[in-house]
Amino acid sequence: MNVFRFMLHNHDQVLELTLEHLRLVGFSTLLAMLIGIPLGIGIAHRPRFNKPVLATANIIQTIPSLALFGFLLPVPWLGARADRLAILALTLYALLPIIRNTYTGIRGVDAAVVEAGRGMGLTESQLLFQVELPLAVSVILSGVRVAVVISVGLATIAAAIGAGGLGEFIFRGLAMVDDRVILAGAIPAALLALLADFGVGWLERRLQPR
Amino acid sequence: MQIYFQHARLSVYSKQKIPVCWADMQAVATNPVIEFRDVSYRVADTQVLSGFNLQVYGGETLVLLGRSGSGKTTSLKLVNRLLTPTSGDIRVKGLSNKDADLIRLRRGIGYVIQDVGLFPHFTIERNIGLVPKIEGWPEERIRARVQELLQTVGLAPGIASRYPHQLSGGQRQRVGVARALAADPEILLMDEPFGALDPLTRDELQREFLILRQRLHKTVVFVTHDLREALRLGSRIALMEAGRLVTVLAPEDFLRSTDPLAAAYVRAFGEGLESAANRGTS
Repeated sequence: MNVFRFMLHNHDQVLELTLEHLRLVGFSTLLAMLIGIPLGIGIAHRPRFNKPVLATANIIQTIPSLALFGFLLPVPWLGARADRLAILALTLYALLPIIRNTYTGIRGVDAAVVEAGRGMGLTESQLLFQVELPLAVSVILSGVRVAVVISVGLATIAAAIGAGGLGEFIFRGLAMVDDRVILAGAIPAALLALLADFGVGWLERRLQPR
Repeated sequence: MQIYFQHARLSVYSKQKIPVCWADMQAVATNPVIEFRDVSYRVADTQVLSGFNLQVYGGETLVLLGRSGSGKTTSLKLVNRLLTPTSGDIRVKGLSNKDADLIRLRRGIGYVIQDVGLFPHFTIERNIGLVPKIEGWPEERIRARVQELLQTVGLAPGIASRYPHQLSGGQRQRVGVARALAADPEILLMDEPFGALDPLTRDELQREFLILRQRLHKTVVFVTHDLREALRLGSRIALMEAGRLVTVLAPEDFLRSTDPLAAAYVRAFGEGLESAANRGTS
């Protein structure tokens, strides 16, 4: 119970780091959605590009996170601020599940439905926004859900390059060999992951087509 | 042989003799509504359609009959430009559909397919009213139109608020037809619309189709591989094989045709009835 006493005692800092953590995860996920969803739609409509795009996202996924942070450090504008860098790295990691699920979701829409829609004279954008996306939305969101959960975990490592977040506690605790401090970072991070999982999952069910 | 011919005449023909006035139509509508001019279509190395010439006149139901892979669905999709011909020209109401505005062209043509393709996330009302809605009809007019169409295709008004998965196959295809009729297109393209239905439901829908056709005077191109359906619904039957048009015949001439392929169809069709009859007697 020492952990909770420690957290209570340092509640200002716990809150601050949690918000920082949320900021890293939130921005990176948003960015990944802005890039990943259109990209996923693009490769679903032009299957020619699906292999190279998915392969690239796959390769990014295999780079160890600490190494990716390190790689990006010398990049001029990025390296100037640790949080920028962290957000970019987290975005790159979140891309794969989002692109892949968008692709799968759009491809999974019944071909007869798309053909009927096109035959009726829907424009390509009407087809996308009124038919394909609504029918794919729950698959896309389940990709976002995976991305968010991964990001919450990965974002703790961002503290290693000084980007803040709950990782601060973890690294500090490791250095001090103090379990309380480690857990003060790990517990809120785990809760965040659960909360995000639950939240996006709820949204996913709400938006599920019949 | 004679027995089966009588059978065929009784079961197919007697019901089928509705006054479609093919002769009148020819006199009135000399300009074809749809015209294929030397059309061919190839995809990769496969010649799907070659040297295809055909005219479809106002108010008639032209049936494209042929086996799978004969190019009948391809011909249909060339009309509303879901496919673009490799060479040749298709004219819809006198206008080459290369020059037509693609979206306008399609909205003026009703399209019904075997798998129906209802939007699963829309209610029946939204499904039927989609084209009117994107055409900017006022809400009330759409609602009235949907109710009118439900009645036309023999569905209860209450069905409007349901979702496609709550309907039976026959009901879904009725909705499919209603949706195609929504913006009152002059032309209907139907790709084996009743192919996935059980025989009794199919029979029912075919019968209603005949009544509907008389009332609405649409120009219909109807794809099927079922001779019985072709004889029953068609004003004329265009027989296709391996991407070519073999012959175009009126249903009554089809049974007498000396064309080997047409004769083969009639034979295959008759044998089914004959063997059924024989099983009863022996």
